[in-house]
Amino acid sequence: MRITFKLFAQLQDYLPAEARKTNACIVEIADATSVAQVIERFTLPPRLVHLVLLDGTFVPPAERDARILRDGETLAIWPPVAGG
Amino acid sequence: MGWARKILRVDLSKGSCKSEPLNMEWAQQYLGQRGLATKYFVEEVDPKVDPLSAANKMIMATGPLTGTMASTGGRYSIITKGPLTGAIACSNSGGYFGAELKMAGWDMIIFEGKSPKPVYLSIENDKAELKDAAHLWGKTTWDTEEIIKKTHQDPQVRVSSIGRAGENGVLYACVVNDLHRAAGRSGVGTVMGSKNLKAVAVRGTLGVSGIKDFKGFMAATVAAKKVLADHPVTGQGLPKYGTQVLMNVINEMGALPTRNAREVQFEGARDISGEAMHEKRPTDGKANLITNNACFGCTIACGRISQVDKGHFSVVNSPKYWGASGGLEYENAWSLGAANGVNDLDALTVANFICNEDGMDPITFGATVGAVMELFTMGVLTKEQLGVESPFGSAQALIDFAHMTAEGRGFGKELGLGSKRLTEKYGHPELSMTVKGQEFPAYDPRGIQGIGLGYATSNRGACHLRGYTVASEVFGIPVKTDPHATEGKADLLKAFQDATGAFDSSGTCVFTTFAWTLADLQTQVDTACEGGWSMEKLAELGERIWNMERLFNNAAGFTAKDDDLPKRLKTEAAASGPTKGLVSGVEKMMPEYYKARGWDAKGVPTKETLARLGL
Repeated sequence: MRITFKLFAQLQDYLPAEARKTNACIVEIADATSVAQVIERFTLPPRLVHLVLLDGTFVPPAERDARILRDGETLAIWPPVAGG
Repeated sequence: MGWARKILRVDLSKGSCKSEPLNMEWAQQYLGQRGLATKYFVEEVDPKVDPLSAANKMIMATGPLTGTMASTGGRYSIITKGPLTGAIACSNSGGYFGAELKMAGWDMIIFEGKSPKPVYLSIENDKAELKDAAHLWGKTTWDTEEIIKKTHQDPQVRVSSIGRAGENGVLYACVVNDLHRAAGRSGVGTVMGSKNLKAVAVRGTLGVSGIKDFKGFMAATVAAKKVLADHPVTGQGLPKYGTQVLMNVINEMGALPTRNAREVQFEGARDISGEAMHEKRPTDGKANLITNNACFGCTIACGRISQVDKGHFSVVNSPKYWGASGGLEYENAWSLGAANGVNDLDALTVANFICNEDGMDPITFGATVGAVMELFTMGVLTKEQLGVESPFGSAQALIDFAHMTAEGRGFGKELGLGSKRLTEKYGHPELSMTVKGQEFPAYDPRGIQGIGLGYATSNRGACHLRGYTVASEVFGIPVKTDPHATEGKADLLKAFQDATGAFDSSGTCVFTTFAWTLADLQTQVDTACEGGWSMEKLAELGERIWNMERLFNNAAGFTAKDDDLPKRLKTEAAASGPTKGLVSGVEKMMPEYYKARGWDAKGVPTKETLARLGL
């Protein structure tokens, strides 16, 4: 099954080079893959994994191991950011 | 003591400049900058005053930490009654002007009356005088600053000025200092223009003396700077990507008001994002972003310096825009971009340059263009009226409108009224995305409920900087809350609003609050200022300021019905993304907010609340 995987700000360096122009790539994952497993697969530094949105909705740290991804979902991750 | 203990009172009608001692009793209750200047303002000005009459006053005020070693200690604010809203106006700016004013030995300048001819105020330490500005009238802020520096033969003179927008009566004109920092909102520049005051030029070489506990203050500022440096947001995120890092975040959440808030997600968001500013353009191989930039004493450096492609349609015949200048902040990229459906990064950058050059609030300008584009799409306004085809997404229309508005040409005169007056004139007031006449910024209240309550209750009209609950609702600062929930948002907003009042009165930047708590500010204020500034005293300060501003607005004629959002946000559900189907719950939250504030059902502070705050 496939998900859209997005990384932003300092994390975009962890995307394949061709995907950085859009901050997004399509990722093939096995059934029952969790949010945390995708984060681990891309070797994202834990200190930079802050804002995790699944289809735009925040996934708290405590739920990332248990939250199983579904086909077609979009997982987007930012390091600690703010502004205004 | 932090304070210079001296204010400059300028009577523009008489042409006089007089020094007065600072009211230290009030300084103990209101600290400085926003709080203390508002206290002076409400004591001296009738709330019913016509904002553009000689009877209105305008105060430029520093805080006790302005000009000191405190990180971000370069802030100053302009307090007046705003012509866009008719409410209290308080606009805050960074750069170097505020620190220079303080180092010239002044806590604040009170302008009253109206000059019979264009003048500018020249300050050199103790010496202050009004000078003829006939040769500056009609000039942009950029030209005004350059001419004054040449005239004074001093490149270190700091200048705050209005551009042509402030002269032409654009109701959201701002006051620009250091070329691209601005006291931006509510039309403070329009008030300045109405007084025939073109600029204030300051040179200060006295420094800031009289810190209460110098060793303690140095230790406190060093510790506070370490907090900023060690925090991933203020130490890394903001310096590299600036506030523009939010564009993709807010779009992904379905909370990016798009095409005059008809939608909540913009398909071109990534094209105008902080990430895009770092990338090389295909046209000339250069990136939009040149470098980041810091205001006086700031150890964050979130500012953007940008340069556009010299071959871009908007500048190909205008070399003055070819150089590096103040780049896009998130709010401006939204208002000039997503709010109008324009995804041309260089066009937005140039529109932003024009707003800096001629002193216009880009939030209100951009949002007003969004309303005009909707009226054009509906067929209410035509190309013949507007001077240009103006569908959503037209970068050409955006650039043309920016020039026309700044210069007071053609339909630009109507754009200069802001969206409330303009949409009323053309029979569609429902298309104005405003609260108390001021356009709301870059967060859709259908997707981020707390900030919607913040827009509805902001004392200066819709604004994100009076109580930035987005920090909690999106980023988890200080704790993560659900952006879609209305429960608990009244108390959350009150806490943000009160804390912001303290920071806005200190001389430091509110962006420090992504890392600092009130405790980090308290150690700096308490070591700089006499009077025993405890946490409780600072927290109460913010609440006192909020209620003081509220009392002024109530006396000016505002009522509970003005604490509301545009109908669109309450009745037209978000159409896409995770917010699909949601509307703002502002009406549910408002009674809870009034209760949290200690106000009655009509939004009036109770006697008990006023007594508790010493008002």
